[in-house]
Order: sequence, then C-alpha cells, then structure tokens
Amino acid sequence: MIQYVRRSLLQVIPSLFIISFIIFILVYVAGDPVTLMLPETATQEDRERLTVALGLDQPFHMQYVQYVTNMLQGDFGTSYVYRQPAFDLVMERLGITLLLAACSMLVAIVISIPLGLLAALYRNSVIDFFISAISILGKAMPNFWIGIMLILFFSVTYQIFPVSGSGTISHLVLPSVTLGVALAAEMTRLIRASVLEVIEQDFVQTARSKGLVESLVLSRHVFLNALIPVVTIIGLQFPQLIGGTIVVETVFSWPGIGRLLLSAMNAKDMSVVQTIVFVIAIITIFTNLLTDMVYRLLDPRIKYDNQSE
Amino acid sequence: MDAKRARNSVGSRTMFHVRKITSFGPHGLIGFVFFSMISLLAIFAPWIVPHDPFVIEATQRLIPPAWMEGGSSTFLLGTDHLGRDIFSRLIYGSRISLLVGILAVVIAGVIGLFLGLISGYFGGSWIDQLIMRVVDAMLAIPTLLLVLVVVIVLEPGLATLIFVIGITSWVQYTRIVRGEVLSIKERDFVRMAKTAGASNKHIIMKHILPNALSSFTVIATIGVANAIMTESSLSFLGLGVQSPDITWGSMLNDGKNYIATSWWVATFPGIAITITVLSITFMGDWLRDFLDPKLKKGGDTNET
Repeated sequence: MIQYVRRSLLQVIPSLFIISFIIFILVYVAGDPVTLMLPETATQEDRERLTVALGLDQPFHMQYVQYVTNMLQGDFGTSYVYRQPAFDLVMERLGITLLLAACSMLVAIVISIPLGLLAALYRNSVIDFFISAISILGKAMPNFWIGIMLILFFSVTYQIFPVSGSGTISHLVLPSVTLGVALAAEMTRLIRASVLEVIEQDFVQTARSKGLVESLVLSRHVFLNALIPVVTIIGLQFPQLIGGTIVVETVFSWPGIGRLLLSAMNAKDMSVVQTIVFVIAIITIFTNLLTDMVYRLLDPRIKYDNQSE
Repeated sequence: MDAKRARNSVGSRTMFHVRKITSFGPHGLIGFVFFSMISLLAIFAPWIVPHDPFVIEATQRLIPPAWMEGGSSTFLLGTDHLGRDIFSRLIYGSRISLLVGILAVVIAGVIGLFLGLISGYFGGSWIDQLIMRVVDAMLAIPTLLLVLVVVIVLEPGLATLIFVIGITSWVQYTRIVRGEVLSIKERDFVRMAKTAGASNKHIIMKHILPNALSSFTVIATIGVANAIMTESSLSFLGLGVQSPDITWGSMLNDGKNYIATSWWVATFPGIAITITVLSITFMGDWLRDFLDPKLKKGGDTNET
C-alpha cells in the first residue's frame, strides 16, 4: 500500500507541472500586467522599472522557470487590487466554499442513495421510471436557474430562507440544495447502475438460495458491496461540484472563492485567478488520489502492488 | 459481383436500421421532434417572432404573461425590464445556444478524435503518455473554471465562446476514442492490414476511424447539451455572449434582479434551456441504444 501511495504521489508531479504550464501560458497570453498595476500618471521609466522587477523582460522560458520557482516557495504573486498575497486571499475564502461544497455533497448523498437503491430494487417498474425521469430532468436544469427558482419559492413567495448572504445555517440551505440537486441527479443514475451490478452477482444468488430473508440479503450482501463504487462516484463528482460553486456563489452572493474569482477576473487580477485555478486543481488531484485509495482499502480484490498503467 | 454484394449488404443494413429505429422507445422520437422544432425556430427566427426582440419600449416594462392579471395578449410570455417581448427573445436566444453548442462540439470533436486516434493507436508510446498526462491535467481543472479563465484572457464574445468551449472540452472525446481504438487495433482485420503492409495512416483512416465513430457520435451528441449548458452559465455570469446578442443565460441574469416582482423574466429562459438540453439528451440516449449497445447507461462521463 505504501508503495502504491508513493507511486501515485510521483505520478501527480508531472500533472502538476502541466497544470502550472497551462496556467502560465494563459497568464502570459493575458498580457501585460504592468499597465494595470501602475497609476495612470506613471512615467515610462516607472513602467520599465516594474517590468524588470516582475521579470517580464525575460524570455518566455526564463519567466516560466521563475514562475515555478516562486510557486514552489509558496509565492503565488500579489493581488494588485487587494495589495495582499494572492495565496492568503484565496485561503481566507476557501473554507467557506468547501463548507458549501460539503453541504451540497451531503444533500446529494441523502437524496441519491435512497433513490438509486429504490430504482435498482424495483427496476423497470413505475418507481424506477419515475426516479429516472426526475434524475434526467435534474441534470437538464441549469443549476443557476434552480437557485433562482428556489429563491422565488422559498424567499420571495414564502420567505422561509434568506435570499443571499452567509453566516447562519439558514443561509446555507438554498445554495446547498441548489448544488446538491444537480449532483444528486447524476449520482442517482450511477448508484442505480452500481446496485444493479451487485444484485446480479453470484454471491447474492447464493445468499438468496440458501434461504436468507430478502431484507438481510439486501442489507448484508447488496448494500455494502454497492457502496464501494459509490465512494468513487462521490470522489469523481468533486470537480463538477467546485465548478458549480462558482455559479451558485454568484446567485446567492456567497463570499467564497467563486465570487473572488469573478471579481478578480473582471479586474484582470491575474495572480488571484491563477492561484484559484491552481488550488482547485491541487484539491481535485488529491481528492482523486484519496478516492482511489479509499476504494482500494474497501475493496480487497484490487491489488495495488502490480497494477499497470 | 463485389459491387452487387456491397449493395446488398448496404440494403440489408438499411432495413436493419429502420427496424431498430422503430423498435426503440418513444423518448428518442420526442427528443428528435423537439430538437427539430427548436432548430426550425432558430433558423427562421426573424420571420416568426411576433415582436422585434431588440426594441426597447419603456412604456411596456415588466408586463406579466398573457394569462395573468395585467397581462396583454400581444405579449404571450410578458415583457422584461426594458419592455422587450420575452417570447420573441426566447426564440432568438435559441440561435446562439444551438450555434455555440454545435460549433463548440465540432472543434472539440476534431481535436479529441485526432488525439484519441493517435493516443490509442500508439498506445503506451511516449506520445500516448504525453497526451494522457495532458488529459489528466485538464481533468483536474473543472471545465467551467478553465473556460472562465480562457474567456477572460481572450475577451468575451461569440467567437471566443465557441473557440474556448471547443478547446477546453476535447478531453472526454480523447478518452472515449482512445479506449475504443485500443480494443479495435487488437482485432483481426487490423492485424491483417498491418501484415499486408498498410501504412499507419491508411489503417487509422480506413479501419480504425470508421469503427470508433459510433461511440464518438453518441458522446458528441451529449456534448452539444453540455456546451449549451456551459454557454448559458457563462452568459449568466456576464462573460459569455455580449449584449445586444440575445442568449437564454443573459436573459436569466437580467431576470434575477427582478425576481421579487416579476417571476416570468427569469423563469422562461430556464425552461427553454431545460427543454433544449432534455431533447438533446433524449436523442443521445436513443443514439446510444441504437448505435452502440456496449456503452451502457450510467457510465458515459465517469469511466476511468
């Protein structure tokens, strides 16, 4: 296992370099930050001095080397809007975005596990049809629209939950449900498929044929085995979830990194933008890695010693 | 004789298809009918719309839909905050959505297919390794985030939007095509072509590509729906197509600010997006059953 972890971590390194390269090219193409950073009264000399100070007079590859070196030392640049290190800015707001993501995931799990199980157990029945209809619909609705409709219903018409903002639990409900619904739609389908796969396997038939009560067959044999792929399903939804927070934070004025990203983009505050992209990419990579490991721990059939690419 | 046999086989294949088309459930047909209707509306929009969707009429601001109190029969779905007819704007909005959806998939599809063919055909080689590492890296950045960042670098607009969604969503095509190619190239007819001394280019184009196309078509169809969703999200965030061009996403963004008083402004564009995405999803599901029974439901986007 330790060997497997070590190898996985080693595989992450090239991915990180490619990501840093993609981000670097974007920032490079985005153009000259000097004009944005200086006041309008700045002289040509000021411009040149700042260009040299930022290393922008260097050739492309030297700039990239400098960029990676800085990043390895934890220096992600300074936001020219906030006059603060970009990394600190992002970290301040990351927690509240992850809180939203976690609550959304909780909503999605609570909805999708029972629905997925029901759909699989009563497959090809009216219940199954109904559940899959709901999940197809849930996937087809844009999440920002779901959010606005929830505001319309629960904040405008019935005034149960606040329209926007953060701070209390009631502020958390609508954004989490918005994101959770879309996620649940996807997960329900996958969980249904995963339960169906287990139900058809031999050991379930054996358990049945030895006279075990159906409820015991389900709880002991089907459910636990079907949960193993669910771990992967949950882990793989993560990038989508973070992508979703960007939009949903805008709908509900949720003060996380999604809103920071949009305001940074409008101000062309590229150091903040690149930090956010990089942080999200790192979180995604490690979530995938963690998912993979949990999956391997739960399912002893998978060997981690001699896996091949 | 060869020609005759070929003709026969084409004929029987067509019959086979006709039988299969009718034998699958009605959702494919529903999807197809709705998608055709939306396409027709998009194409003939200037001749169908009851009102000019761009004309601002300050005296007719926020009129409710026709069936509500205060509604007017001239504005079926009401008007927005600038007095523009929502029904006409919805019809115009379909143009951008379909245009972006289809062209973005063409760009992504061409890149994805090309890289997938190369990566799969030379599986295990350094070029395959390189492509797969780039794919991994791209997968670690949520598509929407990547699209947002590229859009801001290139300045928002219609052409940028199509280009950006195209170059950021090829990864899934590469993965699917690569997987297909890896299995196709082990089949006998490819081995025989190789033994016969056919060039790599010939084998890829004549033997592998045609066999990889059906899975690709299914994924590409669903891809149109995803691209429309991404376009709507971007336009909703104000980073997509810029005014005065009409999109459902930007209509929703306008409507958001009037949600407390005028629910209809934000509600109808969302329904339009949902119906469009649903009809494409239905077509895609049906195509999957029809072209490629191997691709089971539930594993389309998350296969690793």
